Amino acid sequence: MEFPEGLKYSKEHEWVLVEGNTATIGITEYAQEELGDIVYVELPEVGEKIVKDDPFGAVESVKAVSDVYAPVSGTVLEINDLLPDNPETINDDSYGDGWMIRVELSDMDDLKDLMDDEEYAEYVAQQKDEDEDEDDEEDEEEEEDKEDKEDKDK
Amino acid sequence: MNERKSTDLSEPSQPRQSLQIAGPKLLFESNSAGRSAVIWPAEAAQGGESIPTALLRDDIAGFPELGELEVLRHFTRLSQRNFAIESQFYPLGSCTMKYNPKINEVVARLPGFAQIHPLAGAEWLQGALALLYDLEKMLAEITGMEQVSLQPAAGAQGELTGLMLIRACLADRGDPRRKIIVPDTAHGTNPASSALCGYDVIQISSNARGVIDAAAVAKVMDPSVAAIMITNPNTLGLFETNIETIAEVVHRQGGMVYLDGANLNALMGIAKPGHMGVDVLHLNLHKTFSTPHGGGGPGAGPVAVNAPLRDYLPVPRIIKNAARFEIVEDAPKSVGRVRSYFGNFGVLVRAYSYILSLGGDGLAEASRMALLNANYIRKKLETSYQIAYDEPCMHECIFTDRFQHRNGVSTLDIAKRLLDYGYHPPTIYFPLVVSGALMIEPTETETPETLDGFIEAMRAIAEEAKSDPELVKQAPHSTTVRRLDEARAARKPMLRWESNTPSEDG
Amino acid sequence: MLSAIGRASVDELYQHVPRSLRERARIELSNGLTEWTVYRRLASLAAQNVSAADWSIYLGGGIYHHFIPAAVDAIISRAEFSTSYTPYQPEVSQGTLQALFEYQTLICQLTGMEVSNAAVYDGASAAAEAVLMVRRIQPASRRRVLISRALHPQYRAVIATYLKNLVDIRLEEIPFDGTGATDLAVLNERLDDRSMCVLVGYPNFFGVIEDLAPVKSACDRVGAQMISVTTEALALALLKPPGEFAVDIAVGEGQSLGVPMSLGGPAFGFFACQKKFVRHMPGRLVGETVDSEGRRGFVLTLATREQHIRREKATSNICTSQTLCALAATVYMSLLGKSGIRRIAEINLARAHGANRQLIGQGNFSGVFSGPFFNEFVLRGENLVQRVSRCAEEKIMPGVRLEQWYPELRDGLLICVTEMNEREEIDRLVRTIAA
Repeated sequence: MEFPEGLKYSKEHEWVLVEGNTATIGITEYAQEELGDIVYVELPEVGEKIVKDDPFGAVESVKAVSDVYAPVSGTVLEINDLLPDNPETINDDSYGDGWMIRVELSDMDDLKDLMDDEEYAEYVAQQKDEDEDEDDEEDEEEEEDKEDKEDKDK
Repeated sequence: MNERKSTDLSEPSQPRQSLQIAGPKLLFESNSAGRSAVIWPAEAAQGGESIPTALLRDDIAGFPELGELEVLRHFTRLSQRNFAIESQFYPLGSCTMKYNPKINEVVARLPGFAQIHPLAGAEWLQGALALLYDLEKMLAEITGMEQVSLQPAAGAQGELTGLMLIRACLADRGDPRRKIIVPDTAHGTNPASSALCGYDVIQISSNARGVIDAAAVAKVMDPSVAAIMITNPNTLGLFETNIETIAEVVHRQGGMVYLDGANLNALMGIAKPGHMGVDVLHLNLHKTFSTPHGGGGPGAGPVAVNAPLRDYLPVPRIIKNAARFEIVEDAPKSVGRVRSYFGNFGVLVRAYSYILSLGGDGLAEASRMALLNANYIRKKLETSYQIAYDEPCMHECIFTDRFQHRNGVSTLDIAKRLLDYGYHPPTIYFPLVVSGALMIEPTETETPETLDGFIEAMRAIAEEAKSDPELVKQAPHSTTVRRLDEARAARKPMLRWESNTPSEDG
Repeated sequence: MLSAIGRASVDELYQHVPRSLRERARIELSNGLTEWTVYRRLASLAAQNVSAADWSIYLGGGIYHHFIPAAVDAIISRAEFSTSYTPYQPEVSQGTLQALFEYQTLICQLTGMEVSNAAVYDGASAAAEAVLMVRRIQPASRRRVLISRALHPQYRAVIATYLKNLVDIRLEEIPFDGTGATDLAVLNERLDDRSMCVLVGYPNFFGVIEDLAPVKSACDRVGAQMISVTTEALALALLKPPGEFAVDIAVGEGQSLGVPMSLGGPAFGFFACQKKFVRHMPGRLVGETVDSEGRRGFVLTLATREQHIRREKATSNICTSQTLCALAATVYMSLLGKSGIRRIAEINLARAHGANRQLIGQGNFSGVFSGPFFNEFVLRGENLVQRVSRCAEEKIMPGVRLEQWYPELRDGLLICVTEMNEREEIDRLVRTIAA
């Protein structure tokens, strides 16, 4: 899994590329993997204001819809016009061609809450561990249960 | 011949020539100009001159031109590509796929039911009105409620109607409220109907035993909550044991209780919602009362209410005046009309016939057998699949794919593999609180032999998941089509046939 | 079986249900009846209704007596169609899915619209859902809905019921004029930049064919959306389809297309719109795709609009719809085909206009509206009640009295003539009612 340097990352799995006063935003490789095949992307309009931690759009797979949360506040300057007709671009190239919006930052302090690539890589590793731990715990419980049941059946 | 070119196939996959469009043609793909199955002598044309040319059309471009036998073959062949209750066991949880008796079809087709016009006037529809009146009484008795309206066309429309009744009642009391409490196990129509009715939804969680705690309700219940929507048994197949206490909590603060009656097949003769503190409920006649599902309807979703909500029931209403039935179109406090005419009358006739056929004791026996069959399956499969909740189940049971996940096999794969064994899969991935849910509802109309066959298939698949997981993951292998690309259908929606011959385009 | 699950009786399976509930749960209904007794009971109820099989009926008003080819029932009676469920497992539901894809196509062709869903409950709820859909599309500053009073009264009632719970919407009625069409002067006067949409019947409740072009221009002038509502779907075989007027949404009742009258239900509502709005549509949508080996197949698609995924943010709450009825219409339209559907519509037109002339010619009835009509028209006559009674004695239902919805049309009778009313029958109607 990739975690490009030079990008900032949010807990909701968005990435941010800061250039001067503007930020380009997309969702990370981990996010697109969790979502599966993306079939539709809802984006804000140019000129709209987005608010940090509020949803600014949504990403749809066949059986689910996920809100995309603003990692920073700002005004939308540009949206990726590849995405309406080719939403799968996010699956193919989440950090490059799969960018979603470009905004003018309203408060540079917003960036302080974001993680760098190493912190985010750790964060993702933790998420995966937690999932596995849950699986393991449940498996152990089941093994015990099953043994009990098999005893009863006899 | 209109050949359909695949102009929208922008995906790089190259289907094998011999398999391309191997399925049946579409109606529009085999045309011979001028054919029609209906022969009707031409009449002296008249009246056309009275309509301005600007309001007239050309022939309908692309409309089929087929003979009767061609049409029959087309649809007969299509029908053979469907699973159905009458060919396969169909244990869809929460759908109650029981046998649809043929006598219901015969009586629904009587000309005195099928060829009657809704605006003929009460005087000329006494038989129909008697049936509707009687059916209302039967459903009221079965549910222990006071009054029924047969207007809503489906369960979801019943939900919307029920919520509208609550809203109207509270507005009448000068106490309009804003929110509805909906459990996490609720069917998606519950929050959707709430939103349509202008309410905000507060979701509460079921406890570790799969039911709602009165305490959880008390925590969110306040004077801004109009009602709680509760399903009983819930979508986990479990009886909501705390329902009476929950009703008290809600009523004490001026709210009302809505029961989603989709799972009534578990309750007939066992418990009546009217005694549980329920103020309004809906029924699904195409579930509990055997009317055919039709591939997605028509159904019917009558609502039943207790005293506080009677005045608000929709119109039209049927009343009895001495020996005659009358239609009431205006009632001052009614929420109004929710559907044109008299609801899905043809469906109501079938349900009526079913209830007459079974009688009170027969309906109670149906629920008892539904419980027996579900518990039998549950017991027989609980070593092969993880049971979601170790609680007594009612008419349906839920498993997960936890055991099979160890080999990378998911609920979806198990479902698709069941198709190869000739069974329609259970409901999958619902309710959302159970990861990888497999919800099995056999209903009472299945024999032990059928259940044993299904159990064997499920056990075999559990074995395959261990010994040959790829076989399961690539399923289905033997159906008329393999797994379909749903992502492609959503990305590039092709929702109609289109001709590629310019001269044919309308 | 009980021993297999370790229980002594079925009762044990629900002992956890509170006793106080169990004790009172007995269903007090008579015992079940044999099949032949059920048949006799139902047949005797059916015999107490006036049906088109025994009487001559000239009733329209949104439900129509049309010929249904025998092959339609033969197909929809097939258990593979009638006893299957909503096609959530597409691999074993290709029959239903392909038929619905064909249905969607036929509705698009009939209405001239770009995309159709797989049907909703009825024409009335289709109209209500259309308004809800426009509400999702138009900005919050636009919340005024203008509805023609010439639109079916029950449809207006259902729309009002649905919208009552959404406090931001304002419904306004636009009167009709002497031609029987929506009053364009009033419409133009009332339309402004706060208007959300306009609904007109096509044809309307009086059977009058309104010209949608000036209505559309009026809407365009202020940026309101236009919804056409068709209760007699067969009319679209002859009339310029709504799509050619560039309406935004075309809805209506499909009962005329191969579905029995059945006291008004079940039938189905059709719902078609411009392609750009597809993600806002309610109801099921069937799409074409391929399987893992390249075969064409069909699936339910764009499901993320729907309640089972979006829950409270869904485009509608609709789940079970009217699929088998939509299938009946698909079979019907296939049997009639391009030439047949036009032929039947022409016969409707001819017989209705012939009857209209004969009735007016007799001298006791006069036409009420001057607008063009398809197979329904309004006549005014004196002593209407007696005339209608006299017809009943002859087993004739001459029309629907308009008084209950339009008090100013107290003496008005809405008369519908279809291909099922033979020439001799019509002569008999004229003799009986107009004397």
